[in-house]
Amino acid sequence: MNKIIEKTHLSEEVYRFVVEAPLIARERKAGQFVIVQLDADYGERIPLTIADADPQRGTITLIVQTVGASTRKMALKNAGDEFIVLGPLGNPTHIEKVGWAVCVGGGIGLAPLHPIAQALKAAGNRVTIISGARTKDLLIMQDEMEKIGERNIVVTDDGSAGRKALVTEPLKELCEQKPAPDLVIAIGPPVMMKFCAQTTKPYGVKTLVSLNTIMIDGTGMCGGCRVSVGGVTKFVCVDGPEFDGHEVDWDNMMARLKSYKKFEEEANHKCRLEIEADVLAASQGAAQNGGRR
Amino acid sequence: MSGFNKDELETEARRGLDALKAKTADKPLGPRDRMAVPVQEMPCQNPELRRSNMEEVTSGYGECQARLEAERCLQCRNAPCVQGCPVGVHIPEFIAKLREGEFAAAAGIIGETNLLPSICGRVCPQEKQCQAQCTLGKSLGGPAKAVQIGRLERFVADRAESSKAPAAAAPAAGHSTGKRVAVIGAGPAGLTCAADLRRQGHEVTVYEALQKAGGVMVYGIPEFRLPKALVRREADNLARLGVRFELDFLVGRTRPLRALLDEDGFDAAFVGTGAGLPKFMNIPGENLVGVFSANEYLTRANLMRAYDKGRAATPIYASRRVAVLGGGNVAMDSARMALRLGAEEVHILYRRGREELPARAEEVHHAEEEGVIFDLLSSPDQVLAGDDGRVGGLNVVNFKLGEPDASGRRSPVPIEGSGHFVPFDTVIVAIGNGSNPLIAKTTPNLDVDRHGHIVVDKKQKTSLDRVYAGGDIVLGSATVILAMGEGRRAAAAIGEILQ
Repeated sequence: MNKIIEKTHLSEEVYRFVVEAPLIARERKAGQFVIVQLDADYGERIPLTIADADPQRGTITLIVQTVGASTRKMALKNAGDEFIVLGPLGNPTHIEKVGWAVCVGGGIGLAPLHPIAQALKAAGNRVTIISGARTKDLLIMQDEMEKIGERNIVVTDDGSAGRKALVTEPLKELCEQKPAPDLVIAIGPPVMMKFCAQTTKPYGVKTLVSLNTIMIDGTGMCGGCRVSVGGVTKFVCVDGPEFDGHEVDWDNMMARLKSYKKFEEEANHKCRLEIEADVLAASQGAAQNGGRR
Repeated sequence: MSGFNKDELETEARRGLDALKAKTADKPLGPRDRMAVPVQEMPCQNPELRRSNMEEVTSGYGECQARLEAERCLQCRNAPCVQGCPVGVHIPEFIAKLREGEFAAAAGIIGETNLLPSICGRVCPQEKQCQAQCTLGKSLGGPAKAVQIGRLERFVADRAESSKAPAAAAPAAGHSTGKRVAVIGAGPAGLTCAADLRRQGHEVTVYEALQKAGGVMVYGIPEFRLPKALVRREADNLARLGVRFELDFLVGRTRPLRALLDEDGFDAAFVGTGAGLPKFMNIPGENLVGVFSANEYLTRANLMRAYDKGRAATPIYASRRVAVLGGGNVAMDSARMALRLGAEEVHILYRRGREELPARAEEVHHAEEEGVIFDLLSSPDQVLAGDDGRVGGLNVVNFKLGEPDASGRRSPVPIEGSGHFVPFDTVIVAIGNGSNPLIAKTTPNLDVDRHGHIVVDKKQKTSLDRVYAGGDIVLGSATVILAMGEGRRAAAAIGEILQ
């Protein structure tokens, strides 16, 4: 079990955990992920990308969006609590000097994008960031991104921060420049990555995406994470998580992500009820304790 | 067949034993008397009941049944059965003790060579190993009539545990040598290797990527065939012996193998990382929602306990009509699991015929009893989508058997024009595993063959000094007992170099 050192509530649905994991902090490289499990008997194994690591302190940083029952339960954990962390998993991003790299992050995709952007800059690349989110509150890692990018282009769906646009709009503008970017890395919701890949394709700009698929073991055993890339079946956990965005069969990938939609809706509903009951019980307990004092 | 009631079988066996005793009053039993004793059937749950519960299908011999079955053994001097056992259990000796009612002594004899007898008694393909060689079986017409060695082994192991007699697997750790060995993977190969190394007095740390020790015995083989409490018990025995377990630790990623040896002070390592990437058929439509590898399906159900829908956070696909592709034990496990999870109809599609099914005979028999439908000589060439874009069915092609191939099995030949649509909503692919590339990829100079399996010599040594390997990462998809045999051989070789 790994201890939570720090927990920060970044926005309504987004939490940041700093977790004690000295071996992972030492070994991890940009682009890798971990699997988190809340309990060994009944907990689900949740793949999460590593946003940051501090080898000296022996900690890693995870950014979690509450999208299902398990991440919602994870969000209830606090500093001092523990959960299981396995990793680092997947292949590190291949970092080299390419010239001009554009890093596109959508929502919590900005978290795993951060160490990659950092490494690309350290390798001597000119780095442009595109930060996108539904709304201002969901924009994360902006201080860090400002430091890395020669430019940080901010877009939101509702215009509450930066331009009112989708990330593909500034991406297209950058691709139209002469010379065009040498590399695009896009990390975010699947539909965003799909459209980023579609945007860059006509310009022939190499585009890497980081896939977060359904996974059980994360070590190459279950095959639940398989995706079709260039017509060949690949396993995200051992062949990825990064792939050529122009070759990914996005529709199949997105359909596979929804394999358990019905189950998840039910679990989510149940989880909300459980959490509400917990909160209610806690507040009643507090009231009673208060009364006794 | 409607299951075998344990009490009835036991009563009948008691009568049989009394009858034998009456005979031995005037003269010792001859081979003819022993051959006349009928095979003792395995008590098991009624198929109608068990197809909707997770409890163990078979319940094991009672004492009279075990002793009567033991009387069938001819105690052959040359013990051909032992030749058939990958770990060389002293079979006639333990059966002799069992006959005398000395159960603890019998357990002791098995424990000399087999660390996991309660598990092997349940999952070994005895009809292809010890029982295939049995003289009695040969003279009565086949392994099914052989002395039921596996059932006897299970009886002895279970009995030893329940009576709290010195368990079969509880010899003490050896005198400390001060040497340290890393065992990678807590499956049958790793656990056996760890136990033997500990008995030699070395310090042993077992690294396991999953959250529980046991490997395929916890993620793959279902509860109804191998209760998880049993695997847990064996791992606990090892911990008591002083073996350290590091769970949720993926050697190759969390720490490279090289670093364990060069920086962390391990004197040797054993790699038993097991089967890897599941194989698929490479037919169109195989990535549709509703197609699973057996590994994924069984891991969800077993390790993640998805069958316990009220408590498990891991979902499992809701299926009505299931096609399982393949004919091995994993295919049987998947099919029977699907039934238990509520599927209405489960088919096993296998390209060859009944004779060629690689699964244990007992599993095929149990699957049939539970209502699994066997579509032999058939296999799909396409997975087709239904209206919702998910699996809607298979295009199934019929086969006939041609000439024997290199493996000696008659090779299946597709019958032209036989393709036809069969509706299914779930497809489980159980045609074996490739190798896991991780250790090889992260360990320079570790030689693997073209399939990615680690290359070892006769002593299980790899191309690297102080690094040994065994089990499925060497053999490909094999069995628990073969993996154990390799773990044992590696432990002996590691013992030699650490002297």
